[in-house]
Amino acid sequence: MYAFEIERPSTLAEAVSALSAEGAQALGGGQTLIPTLKQRLAAPEVLVSLSGISEMKGVCPDDDGRLCIGGATTHAAVARDAAAAYPALAALASHIGDPAVRNRGTIGGSLANNDPAACYPAAALASNATIVTQNRAIDADDYFQGLFTTALEEGEIITEVKFAIPEAANYQKFLQPASRFALVGVFVAKYADGVRVAVTGASEDGVFRWSEAEAALSSDFSAGALDGLSVPAEGMIGDLHGTPEYRAHLVKVMTKRAVAAAG
Amino acid sequence: MAKVSMTVNGAAASGEVEGRTLLVEFLRGPLGLTGTHVGCDTSQCGACVVHVNGEAVKACTMFAAEADGAEVRTIEGMANADGSLGVIQQAFQDHHGLQCGFCTPGMVMSAAALLKDNPKPTEAEVRKYLEGNICRCTGYHNIVKAIMAASGQDVSAIAAE
Repeated sequence: MYAFEIERPSTLAEAVSALSAEGAQALGGGQTLIPTLKQRLAAPEVLVSLSGISEMKGVCPDDDGRLCIGGATTHAAVARDAAAAYPALAALASHIGDPAVRNRGTIGGSLANNDPAACYPAAALASNATIVTQNRAIDADDYFQGLFTTALEEGEIITEVKFAIPEAANYQKFLQPASRFALVGVFVAKYADGVRVAVTGASEDGVFRWSEAEAALSSDFSAGALDGLSVPAEGMIGDLHGTPEYRAHLVKVMTKRAVAAAG
Repeated sequence: MAKVSMTVNGAAASGEVEGRTLLVEFLRGPLGLTGTHVGCDTSQCGACVVHVNGEAVKACTMFAAEADGAEVRTIEGMANADGSLGVIQQAFQDHHGLQCGFCTPGMVMSAAALLKDNPKPTEAEVRKYLEGNICRCTGYHNIVKAIMAASGQDVSAIAAE
């Protein structure tokens, strides 16, 4: 790693101020950023750790019935504390990485990084979650903008993520066993006004909505409703773990499994 | 350089660290606690697992500065007060839960974290929980058996060593 300073603010205001410095970067749980620093793929001058900011941690419902999760909340805490209100989201969190990784990695860090194979982007997009920063609230539909690219601006911190709770939901992840990321992951969420289907791990553009499946499932919420659909291989990731055709095939398989499991 | 202070295995510990100093480097270097191992240094293998404020973390993927003020427990803190092996350590010895022993500190710390939350895990739960701890000797079978035994469960039905 190149040398840098670490700051550990205890309030959001202090963190925002520290991040306005030249060369400053936010540090969530570090489970992606620290390996990246070790490879010298990033060279911040100052890391601003968000792990000591208690106002950015925790899971609670708001007055509109949404589940609000602080940006610095760990995957382990989401798995535990969201289980009653949003079991599909808690189940997703409980399968990220491994137990020690889940004790450090955070929802805000995952969404800010927007790895094309991360799990949380699928949940956020399928739930049309609201990504809240110190400056504004961003709909998930506007937030994800491609590989490792989001609507976040320089110095902007995810303080909170708000999820509308669906009538039924499920996440199915086809595990890439070495990395424990998703080879393909599909989050299906059924709301009163329609079904949303978000796919991670598959596309070269990162997480995306499978709109044909959403239309089919909105009129008939059953795995059979997807029988006539297929996903084009064009634009899918091809690597040593799977071809674009394989990933395209998996998208449909995992969507059907998610619908069947959601009931 | 910045000063960090923490409690390690019940005793106060402090030192000067760089921003980039990893928790595992602080433990193994200035504190001389070399029981915590660095296997992969990429947060895959789990040889560096320690407890920070009671939670298992990979000490190669956390900065020492982030542990300022924390309660840290390492493998050196797992023995009984009289120096004899703790329950999990003794079970690893009794059931031959190690071959070369390199992964063992992380295995024991992960096992302790599991048993704190789930005192009587099933064999499947133990195997699932250890997904972030890799044994290059592939000695998983006896590791799982040792953890089951440490939880006070009968392991006589688990196949021979």
